[in-house]
Amino acid sequence: MGRTLSEKVWDRHVVRSAEGEPDLLYIDLHLVHEVTSPQAFDGLRMARRPVRRPDLTLATMDHNVPTTLDAGGAMVVDDPISKKQMEVLGANCDEFGIPLYPMGHRNQGIVHVIGPELGLTQPGMTIVCGDSHTSTHGAVGALAIGIGTSEVEHVLATQTLPQRRPGTMSVTVDGELPPGVTAKDMILAVIGRIGTGGGMGSVIEYRGSAIRSLSMEGRMTVCNMSIEGGARAGLVAPDDTTFAYLEGRAHAPKGKAWEEALDVWRSLATDDDASFDKGVELNATTLVPHVSWGTNPSQVAPIDGNVPDPEAIADPAERDAARRALAYQGLAAGIAVRDIAVDTVFIGSCTNARIEDLRAAAAVLDGHHVRDGVRALVVPGSALVKTEAEAEGLDRIFRAAGFEWREAGCSMCLAMNPDKLAPGERCASTSNRNFEGRQGPGGRTHLVSPAVAAATAVAGHFATPQELN
Amino acid sequence: MDPIRSITGTAVPLDRSDVDTDQIIPAEWLKRVERTGFAAGLFSAWRKDPSFVLNQPQYAGASVLVAGTNFGTGSSREHAVWALTDYGFRAVVSPRFADIFRSNCTKAGLVPAQLDVETAAALLAAVEADPTIEVTVDVEARVVRAPAAGIEAPFPLDDFTRWRLLEGLDDIGLSLRHEPDITGYESTRPRWLPTTSPVGG
Ligand code: SF4
Repeated sequence: MGRTLSEKVWDRHVVRSAEGEPDLLYIDLHLVHEVTSPQAFDGLRMARRPVRRPDLTLATMDHNVPTTLDAGGAMVVDDPISKKQMEVLGANCDEFGIPLYPMGHRNQGIVHVIGPELGLTQPGMTIVCGDSHTSTHGAVGALAIGIGTSEVEHVLATQTLPQRRPGTMSVTVDGELPPGVTAKDMILAVIGRIGTGGGMGSVIEYRGSAIRSLSMEGRMTVCNMSIEGGARAGLVAPDDTTFAYLEGRAHAPKGKAWEEALDVWRSLATDDDASFDKGVELNATTLVPHVSWGTNPSQVAPIDGNVPDPEAIADPAERDAARRALAYQGLAAGIAVRDIAVDTVFIGSCTNARIEDLRAAAAVLDGHHVRDGVRALVVPGSALVKTEAEAEGLDRIFRAAGFEWREAGCSMCLAMNPDKLAPGERCASTSNRNFEGRQGPGGRTHLVSPAVAAATAVAGHFATPQELN
Repeated sequence: MDPIRSITGTAVPLDRSDVDTDQIIPAEWLKRVERTGFAAGLFSAWRKDPSFVLNQPQYAGASVLVAGTNFGTGSSREHAVWALTDYGFRAVVSPRFADIFRSNCTKAGLVPAQLDVETAAALLAAVEADPTIEVTVDVEARVVRAPAAGIEAPFPLDDFTRWRLLEGLDDIGLSLRHEPDITGYESTRPRWLPTTSPVGG
C-alpha cells in the first residue's frame, strides 16, 4: 500500500518510535521569533541546557516591529515592552549562537515569508516554529508544524519533537480558476466548507489541477490558512514549479547537491495507491472572490452574496455564533456583501504580502485612487520583498493611489505593534484571522484577497477589480 | 511540572463555540517575556462586560472550565494555557480542542478533557443551573465526574501523556534519554540539507 506525501516526510524523520509513545521526529529547521521564544530560552538557562543545533535554527523579529520610520529614517520602537521583547531575542540569540535577522536587516521579515525566500524551506523537510502559520512552508512540500513555547524549548534543546502521527486529509481542487479569483478565495472557500475544526488532527494535502497551476506564492497562501481549518499542517507535492522557485536561492543546494536533492524531492509525491483518511473536493471553475463576514475564518460569503440571517441557520451552536459575530461586526442580517463600507484596507501578512500579492494589488490600483476617508496601507512581508517591489516601481503605484508604503513586518495582522484598528473600525484585510479584536480591540476584520482589497480601497466598499472600470 | 492525578472543584460554564486563543489572551499580553502574570489578561476583552461569566461571583474560585466546541483555535500561543492556569483553572472540558492548544495544555499542566457533545452540553447546563456543583477530572481513571448531575463520562488521554501527567515528567528530559538515537539519526542526514549560517556575504 502506497504512502502519502506527508507520511513519506514523516517516515524520513523518525528518530525513534516505540509502542504506545509518540514518535520522536527530527527537525530540519527551527524558525524563531521574539514572541513565543523568551520563556523557552529561560527554560534552557534554568536547566543549563545548550541549543543543540544553532545551525538549524534561525531567528527574526516580526510581530512587534513598527513599520514606519521616523524623520531621520530610523525605526523607533516607542513601546518599552515591545522593545524589551526584541532586545531579549537579540540577547538570547547572542548567548546561544543563533543566527538572527533583526529589525532593519536586509533579510528581516515575517518568519513565514523569509524561510521560503531564502531557500531555507525545502521539500521533504520538517520545519517548526512557535507560530501557527508555520503551515505556510508546506507549500514547497515540507511538513511544517506550529508549536507552543514548551515545544520550542524542546526543539532548541534536542532538535527533535515528540509527535503523534497525524491523520491524512486531502483537499482536491480541480479545474481552472476564473479570472480574478485567487488562491486566497480558494482557501477561504475551503475553510467555509470544512469549518474551523474540519482539519483537526490531520495534515491536509492540497491536490488537483487548480493547485498544480498555482504559483509558489499562491500555494503558500493556501497552506498558510490550513490552521484556520484546524489542520496540523498543509502541504503540496513538490513539482517543477517548486524546483524553479527554489533554484538559485541563497540556501538552496547547488551543483551536484542540487541534482541529488532533486532525486529525493521527486520521490516524495503521494503514491497512486495511497489513501487518505478523509477528503473534500472543490470545483475551481465555479469559485468566486470570497469575503469573510464573521469572527472566525469559516464565516465567509461570495462577494456577490449576502451576510447570512442567523435565524435561518439550523444548527444551534452555529446560529448562536453567527448572532454573536454579526453583533460584534455591527452588520445587519442579510445585508449584501457589496454594500458593506470599510474605513481601512490592509494589504500584508504572511498570507498575502509576497511579491506576487503586491503585484496583483498594484495592477488593480494603477490609475485609480483610494476613496476619500479610507486609510490604506501596504506592508511587504519582508525587507527583500520590499526591495524587489521598489525595483519594479510598485511602491510608486501604491503611493500614487493613496496607499501608505511601509517597512516589513506583521503590522496590522495582529494588534502587537503600532498598526491597529480603532474600536469599531472596519477593515478589508489580506491577513488570515478575523477573530474579535485581532487587528485591535473592537476592530472589525473582513478577510479578502489582495485584488479585492485593492478594489475595495478604491470603491470604499467590497468590490472586485472588474467593477472599477 | 507538578504531577496531576485528579482535579476536583467547581466549574465555570462558557457557552460559546470556537473560542480562539486571541480571546483567551489578547495579543497585547504576548509582549511579556515571563511565564507568569497572565491571569489579568485571561478573556480580558470579554471581561469588560459585567455580565460575562467570569465576572459572576458565584463562579469565583472554580478550577474547571466547561466550554463549547472547537476550544483554543487559532494561534499557537502557549500564553493561552498560562493565562488559564494563572487564573486558577486546572482542567478544560470541551467537545473538541484545537490541536496545538491541546498539546500546549499537557506540556504546561492544564488537563484538556474532551467529552462527547451531549455529555459536554449536559455538564454545561448542570453547572449553569447550579454553580456549586463539584466536577472531577480524573487523569488516572480518564473520567469526568459530576455526581450531583449524574454525569460520569470517559475522556481520551493516551497512555504516554497520562503517565507524563501523573508523574509530572519533563518532556525534554525524556527525549534526552534517547540522545544516542538523535546523534545516530544526524549521521544519516543528507549533507545537502540547508543550515541557517548566513550565506552570500
Ligand atoms: S503576519 Fe500575522 S499570522 Fe503571520 S506570523 Fe505575523 S502575526 Fe502571525
